[in-house]
Amino acid sequence: MQTMIHRINPFAGPWGLTQLKAGGARAWRSSLLPMLGILAFLLVWQMVASQVQTSLGNLPGPIATGKQLVALYQEHSAERDKRDAFYARQAERNAQKLAANPQAEVKVRPYTGRDTFFDQILTSLVTVATGFGIAVLIAIPAGILLGLNQTLYQAINPVVQILKPISPLAWLPLVTMVVSAVYVSPDPALAKSFVISAFTVSLCSLWPTLLNTIVGVASIDPDLQNVSRVLKLAPLTHVRKIVLPSAIPMIFTGLRLSLGVAWMVLIAAEMLAQNPGLGKFVWDEFQNGSSESLARIMVAVVSIGVIGFMLDRGMLALQKWISWDKRSELR
Amino acid sequence: MSKHYLDLSNVGMRFATPSGWFEALVDVDLKIAKGEFISLIGHSGCGKSTVLNLVAGLNDPTSGGIILDGREVAGPGPERSVVFQNHALLPWLSVYENVELAVRQVMKRAPKAAVAERVRYYLSLVQMDHALEKKPHEISGGMKQRVGIARALSLSPKVLLMDEPFGALDALTRAHLQDALMEIQAELNNTVIMITHDVDEAVLLSDRIVMMTNGPSATIGEILEISLPRPRNRVALAEDVEYHRLRQRVLSFLYEKHSKVTPLKKPKAEARSAVA
Repeated sequence: MQTMIHRINPFAGPWGLTQLKAGGARAWRSSLLPMLGILAFLLVWQMVASQVQTSLGNLPGPIATGKQLVALYQEHSAERDKRDAFYARQAERNAQKLAANPQAEVKVRPYTGRDTFFDQILTSLVTVATGFGIAVLIAIPAGILLGLNQTLYQAINPVVQILKPISPLAWLPLVTMVVSAVYVSPDPALAKSFVISAFTVSLCSLWPTLLNTIVGVASIDPDLQNVSRVLKLAPLTHVRKIVLPSAIPMIFTGLRLSLGVAWMVLIAAEMLAQNPGLGKFVWDEFQNGSSESLARIMVAVVSIGVIGFMLDRGMLALQKWISWDKRSELR
Repeated sequence: MSKHYLDLSNVGMRFATPSGWFEALVDVDLKIAKGEFISLIGHSGCGKSTVLNLVAGLNDPTSGGIILDGREVAGPGPERSVVFQNHALLPWLSVYENVELAVRQVMKRAPKAAVAERVRYYLSLVQMDHALEKKPHEISGGMKQRVGIARALSLSPKVLLMDEPFGALDALTRAHLQDALMEIQAELNNTVIMITHDVDEAVLLSDRIVMMTNGPSATIGEILEISLPRPRNRVALAEDVEYHRLRQRVLSFLYEKHSKVTPLKKPKAEARSAVA
């Protein structure tokens, strides 16, 4: 009789209310709490914004910002339609010409329309990827070398420490001058502003990766180093099989920090170098001073934050995928 | 010459510290025959690990020399393989890959099948052939130490050096691994130097026990010959008179002649009455 009651009673045993409560607690923590936090933030934003008056009107709250995001998307769609129409007309004209005279020369011109907001986001992402990529290609090998060789480290460390705190805004004039002098070509494949922005991003974002790689490589478990000595591993094998896997967690810490720095530096660099990305968008809207400018700037600001967050999560996912220690808590 | 397979003559070791030289070892003279199982026992800080590191070649002696099989020891190598106290397995490699790393160092250009066979053989010796794909963090401490032993054995070393290999394990696991070690020793007949704190372990496993005096400036105090017949069974030995006599010799050395614990001073009479 007792077991029968247990089977009927949905609130008893391992599949009962306790499990429901536990699962519910997890759901509460992982999705509801963050959403409540964001909602609270949006409410505070709306309240504060309505109190602040600027020369261009009220500071936009979340609703006004949302409206501008929709407007920007509609502009983007309209621009895409215009471009498609242009290419369709061009293709039709060329087909007619060829039908009349198969030997005729046909011109295919590229569409020269304005960059939409989403084109600019893409430009920013490409620029930060290039700058960050160059930084990583320099920082990780250099970090491994400096971490393994104490002599080199003590010689080069002072230079690293002096270059590290230099702000991107201070690098920009120098980089601009150098790029303008060196990158002379009548029809460049890459725009000068792109090169300048990418290099500035590299210069500022390579330090966290470099320093964390050095620390990671220098602090390998001495027992593992002894294993390598007893096995008489060749130097390259030692680096591949012991140094690198041991240093991966610290290297990824550096990469995450570097990516965050790169994204922040990018916006500033784009503003000053006029690279057609999010930075330039913000600057143009600021100079524009129309009634919608503040809201559009707000859209850009929120986008910058969201993209930065997603980049960080992406790097974290990569770290989790590569990490051999599935038990370690990575956040 | 067959008596002295491993020859430590007048070995001394001192380290440079900010406050002058620190003499760890003085005048260590030890001759070991091939196939002998030697235990090194002594209180903490008596330089046991230093002796092991010197034989391994991880440090160079500041005086004296070490000769193995007619050649001087100058630097570490697979012919003097080491089993570390904290297993020192590479955490990102599986059990199989950890031993394979060692095997590939002694079978440089061998075909894959030969390497695999050797890896599996040594892992089966330590009874770990059921967990080949597991990573170190997925197996217990005793299992990790077994893999460490397999790795050291797979190098076919001339001398197997073990630095308190069972120190981090519970008593039951320790007993299992000691029995496994005795079986492996019966089959492979390696020359072994093992550092231990455990008197019972030393008497059970070794052919000779080297007892060291207290550090600093430690040296060899006594060498005790263990002539108990092999194979040794711990349950049978618990009733053996010779076993207890040998055990008593070691205990007497450690706790009477070279005791490290200083007796507590009695408090002065005045202090006691003041408290009352």
